Amino acid sequence: MNALEVKGLNKSYEKFHLKDVNITLELGYIMGFIGSNGAGKTTTLKSILNMVHVESGDISILGQNFIEHEVELKQNIGYAFGGTDFYTKKKIKNITKIVKRFFENWDDNVYEQYLKKFKLDPDKKVSELSEGMKVKYSLALALSHDAKLLLLDEPTSGLDPVARDGLLELFQELVEDGTRSILFSTHITTDLEKCADYITYINNGRIIDSITKDDFIGKFYLLQGPKDKVKLLESSMIAFKTNAFGFTGLIERNRFKEIEGVEYAAPSLEEIMIYYAMKEDQNAEFTI
Amino acid sequence: MNIIISNTSDKPIYQQLFEQISGQIIKGELPSNYSLPAIRTAAKELRISIITVKKAWEELERHGFIYTMAGKGCFVADLSKGEVTSLRNEMVNEKMEKDMEYYKELGLELNEIVDLIKKHY
Repeated sequence: MNALEVKGLNKSYEKFHLKDVNITLELGYIMGFIGSNGAGKTTTLKSILNMVHVESGDISILGQNFIEHEVELKQNIGYAFGGTDFYTKKKIKNITKIVKRFFENWDDNVYEQYLKKFKLDPDKKVSELSEGMKVKYSLALALSHDAKLLLLDEPTSGLDPVARDGLLELFQELVEDGTRSILFSTHITTDLEKCADYITYINNGRIIDSITKDDFIGKFYLLQGPKDKVKLLESSMIAFKTNAFGFTGLIERNRFKEIEGVEYAAPSLEEIMIYYAMKEDQNAEFTI
Repeated sequence: MNIIISNTSDKPIYQQLFEQISGQIIKGELPSNYSLPAIRTAAKELRISIITVKKAWEELERHGFIYTMAGKGCFVADLSKGEVTSLRNEMVNEKMEKDMEYYKELGLELNEIVDLIKKHY
């Protein structure tokens, strides 16, 4: 079964368009949602949850149409959006008391476990929490009502490396039994190199790709070579940069034939993102 | 079962898994009917994606190193000595073919290659 299916999602703002977004996430897997700032990650997540009005698009969650079954389905969804502040002068435990009433499957034991795991003090006020602690608190709430689909917007930002590692390990634990899925956005791509099964890459409101991480990385080569070879490859590379010692560029594997003196290797996710962003910038220059 | 994943290696992770496990089977370190960890557990323990582990297990099965029992998991195949030898040769041949192509491209003659192999063995 699919935990999440997004079909033909369109959303327009004055200066930004989410164009024909399609995402499918099978139950039991982790999907990383990457893209640069302003690419449309948060807008997509908000659109999925019907938090913003969309022009068109079908969203199904756990096999049911989200708009038709919004109230029931929300019982099965946990979400944490960075930057959503709770009422800052209230103690955590009081906020929890209010939040838990909305969820039929709320489990106090699970909640207590996460408080311990995340070292959260229920007597602290939200205003006293660091950014990382706020993220952890959001997660503790999302995880305590046995959500089957977790939608997390930049859950790792604001966390130190140790906490981040712990969180990613928790993600893998959560999907281990195959009954939960996690879609989380991030621009810290190393988070994904390890644990993500699928990558959805969004650039300027359009999904460039939504496939398994291995296939995504396997689609490209990072090229390195002397400057005089640039001419041969210029038209087929996604983007490239030159410096005093030669050039580096990104190319789709099926467009590359070996050339003497040009080295090729698998790129990292970060490198893929950088070159796609460069391409976007170059296009922008042409249209001005 | 021992597995060491290198994130800096050029080799895809599924390939690393495949080579290490098949190697342990060929050397007899993993006995027949040894139960491999569940795909999802292995992914969690090794901190790699579920799909990567799946791919490695599929490759192992395709080559005949392991078999799957629906609902129970994956197990090391019951291989006779002869079968182990032929699997080993199959893998060595695959690798050697590629290596030989590379050496030929560099213009090496057979006797030069043999000498180099002797030196490095």
